[in-house]
Amino acid sequence: MTAREKLLEKYSAKVYKNRKDHILQLEESDEARNIAANTRAIPGVMTARGCCYAGCKGVVVGPLKDVCVITHGPVGCGFYSWGTRRNKARTDERADKNFVPYCLSTDMQEPDIVFGGEKKLEKAIDEAMAIFDPKCVMICSTCPIGLIGDDVQAVARRVEEKYGIRAIGYSCEGYKGVSQSGGHHIANNGLMRYVIGTGDEPPKTKFSVNVLGEYNIGGDGWEEARILKRCGIEVLNLFTGDASYESLKSAHLAHLNLVMCHRSINYIAEMMKTKYGIDWLKVNFIGVGATCESLREIAGYFGDAGLTARVEEVIADEIGAISEEMAYYRSRLTGKTAGIFSGGSRSHHYQALLADLGMKTVIAGYEFAHRDDYEGRDVIPLIKEDADNKNIESITVSPDERFFRRAYSDEEIEGLREGGVEIDAYGGMLPEMAAGDVVVDDYNHFETDELIRTMKPDIFLSGIKDRYSIQKAGVSSRQIHSYDYSGPYAGFNGAANFGRDVTMALYSNAWGLVTPPWRHAPMLVGSVAEGGGK
Amino acid sequence: MLDLTPREVKERSALRINPCKTCQPVGAMYAALGVHGCMPHSHGSQGCCSYHRTVLSRHFKEPAIASSSSFTEGASVFGGRSNINTAAKNVFDMYGPDIIAVHTTCLSETIGDDLNSYIMDLDLPEGKIVVHANTPSYVGSHVNGFFNMMMGFMNYLTQRTGTPNGKTAVFPGWLNPGDIRELRRLAGLMDVPATFFPDQSGVMDAPMTGRYDMYPQGGTTIEEIRGLGDCAGLIALGEIIGAEPAELLRKKWKVPFVLLPAPIGVSNTDQYVSALRRASKTEVPAELEAERGRLVDLLLDSHQHTYMKKAAIFGDPDVALGLTSLALEMGMVPKYVITGTPKEEFTRRANALFSKYGAEGCTAKANADLFELHQWIKNEPVDVMIGTTYGKQIAKAEDVPFVRAGFPVLDRYGGTLLPIVGYSGAIRLTEQITGALLDRFDRDASDEDFEIVL
Repeated sequence: MTAREKLLEKYSAKVYKNRKDHILQLEESDEARNIAANTRAIPGVMTARGCCYAGCKGVVVGPLKDVCVITHGPVGCGFYSWGTRRNKARTDERADKNFVPYCLSTDMQEPDIVFGGEKKLEKAIDEAMAIFDPKCVMICSTCPIGLIGDDVQAVARRVEEKYGIRAIGYSCEGYKGVSQSGGHHIANNGLMRYVIGTGDEPPKTKFSVNVLGEYNIGGDGWEEARILKRCGIEVLNLFTGDASYESLKSAHLAHLNLVMCHRSINYIAEMMKTKYGIDWLKVNFIGVGATCESLREIAGYFGDAGLTARVEEVIADEIGAISEEMAYYRSRLTGKTAGIFSGGSRSHHYQALLADLGMKTVIAGYEFAHRDDYEGRDVIPLIKEDADNKNIESITVSPDERFFRRAYSDEEIEGLREGGVEIDAYGGMLPEMAAGDVVVDDYNHFETDELIRTMKPDIFLSGIKDRYSIQKAGVSSRQIHSYDYSGPYAGFNGAANFGRDVTMALYSNAWGLVTPPWRHAPMLVGSVAEGGGK
Repeated sequence: MLDLTPREVKERSALRINPCKTCQPVGAMYAALGVHGCMPHSHGSQGCCSYHRTVLSRHFKEPAIASSSSFTEGASVFGGRSNINTAAKNVFDMYGPDIIAVHTTCLSETIGDDLNSYIMDLDLPEGKIVVHANTPSYVGSHVNGFFNMMMGFMNYLTQRTGTPNGKTAVFPGWLNPGDIRELRRLAGLMDVPATFFPDQSGVMDAPMTGRYDMYPQGGTTIEEIRGLGDCAGLIALGEIIGAEPAELLRKKWKVPFVLLPAPIGVSNTDQYVSALRRASKTEVPAELEAERGRLVDLLLDSHQHTYMKKAAIFGDPDVALGLTSLALEMGMVPKYVITGTPKEEFTRRANALFSKYGAEGCTAKANADLFELHQWIKNEPVDVMIGTTYGKQIAKAEDVPFVRAGFPVLDRYGGTLLPIVGYSGAIRLTEQITGALLDRFDRDASDEDFEIVL
């Protein structure tokens, strides 16, 4: 019986019927590489998923450092998303205020639920204006808001009139959509409508980029920016790690968009392409090989000999600096196997880094990915809309005549593609995986537990909710959302950090102490008889 | 750090900044994890469940299991009956708990889901139980969620057989497993057969064995909860968290109770030990009295380093009050004592403690937040801060020594295994607080004033 069959056989008929399409075991042939994704989770299965609010506030808009992000709702949602994601930020010349260490909430009470919370929200914004005087306020709605009919967009408009600042209301109530994913989309829409394209600060160089879907967890974005800068590539914005409202306004003036987390931000990449003509490249800065490949692709896109030469110099220098360390980790890790359950991107990204370390990923899954994240963007036209996705607004944009410009004609883009510069494309995770590997969408506690038992990977990279049950089962476990408070893991230095952390996870001396010595030592019984033995 | 926090305090009535509380459901989840073989279940959208499990795992460094009704927009309009039906079936099928403890969320409360009738109509496997508590996130705090879930269990399960079971019930309140172990040890020393409810020890500090067990040894058993009505008496710890559940048990089954402060510090622990003494009619053993004596000895030994030192204390009401009591016993001035939980009883009790020790210039406030506390500290500084992890931002910003206690502590290891309650817990806290003060003293001392002996 295959691992997949073992997993499914314990399910009741109804759960089986649903889950069978979310779980693949890749076979020798290329068949059975279609997966069901982005559909509602079954109540009671202990899904790892979060909610729409978590995707909007927690992931995309929360990291905007100069924005007063106010959670409109009871206190919990704001509390849980306060300082817990490791999206690092510091003030800079454009943003002299950093709200990331703060949690702002309307802390709704019962009368607000009964009589409506708009007044309290407006009052809260008045108070925030009086204390902090921000240039931009964003309101993130929690579950009750839509139900009681508070109009956060109307409040935002009134705030704009009253204070002459930018105010954006997000209807990202937790029950919308099927996971965090809907919240990403809602946040993308808001940034596209109200922020991007409202500034006029031009790039300083001819090789300027935005890194979309980079939230600067553990400082990943800073390591990427360091490398790009060394190569002579100007990073206008990380979206949205360490980003500011002030800086995002001019994001539309970039020469190229790089996409790290395809799931959470492909909407903006696509909309900026349509509205401003900016091409995008799916990059991966996780892994030494992947980083080199991404840098070469960027150089290939710009087609500048000086840049290309500089990129090669930087690659040689950076690899030289970490090669000894990486070689050591590789010597400790070669042949080990891994499982990765992440949100919507990292299960793909980290396979490259694990491979750099001589490791093989045998289980991979996502919490909230869509089919295109598994199968590649070619599948998008085939994805059927259901009632849950329909509730998430999809906006259409048209070319903005003031700013629309194409770097290359269609023919030139075809030429670049043929040369390996894969513009506006993402092939997904599945093509990178081999026969026998197991892929799980919207994984749950039961499935994680079973796969650990049946496939026995050496290390499992997942989130905090699984972190300790995996470890208790005797398998090394690290958090791939928060990096267990370590990092950065991106780029060259990040690869070495990751190698160090995986090595210590596997070789921690405490693993040798799990079984007490007396479990394997026979109890000494009996005694030497008196006068015996002579 | 927190550079945008101004010194000037402006009146706020709508904006909560840097809260010192969270919402009811996480309290319900934690209470339910203190029942053996129990799956906590969050009836709402799945983000709530995810957030609560996350914060519990981050505090305890342990798995925190719970399932969700996974509401979508449809369920939010038409109600969550089919969600709870499906969830109960799947949870029993896949995870095999003995009991599911459902708590509500602001979503299911706002739409008015009637859990009583939903649960009554469930088709349950033989011998399995589902209970529930209403825990609207927009009322009270996580502390309310904890005691509401306790009352949910008691409403569904407790009974009185007429045959006393000879046990004393103890409601420990919201504490760490290490605390509950210590309270149980004290009950053992005092020869009191006791049912602790809830009891997360063994569950939220499960040992490493190489085998993952969803329902580890530990937790109050269903039988023990049923038997609460047959207990001779109840010791409810935590005057805020314990009051309503204690009152419920008295009303329902006429179990008499004493409501005591969380046993943090000498006199609060004395009250617990005295209550145990009354229950068992046994004298306090020499061993325990010696333990107390060692604590008082330590307080006298170290008093010169703590006397009149100003402390800011913050966290859940009962823990903050207990820490305040200990701080006063150490001769400190609990300059600011706050909780985010909106219970005026807290302020009254804190003020009573200030008067008892004649401490002047102290402020207590319920329904407060850490932003306000920070502003107070900016205006009149303190020597040490004692409370939950989020205080570390203020401690860094204002360069104040910081001792972690309460929930949540997200950035340290091992603290949940050790007590802050009982005489031994007070010894631990005294060591931590004097250590923090002396580390600062040493750090700031010039070379000529740098003492080898202190």
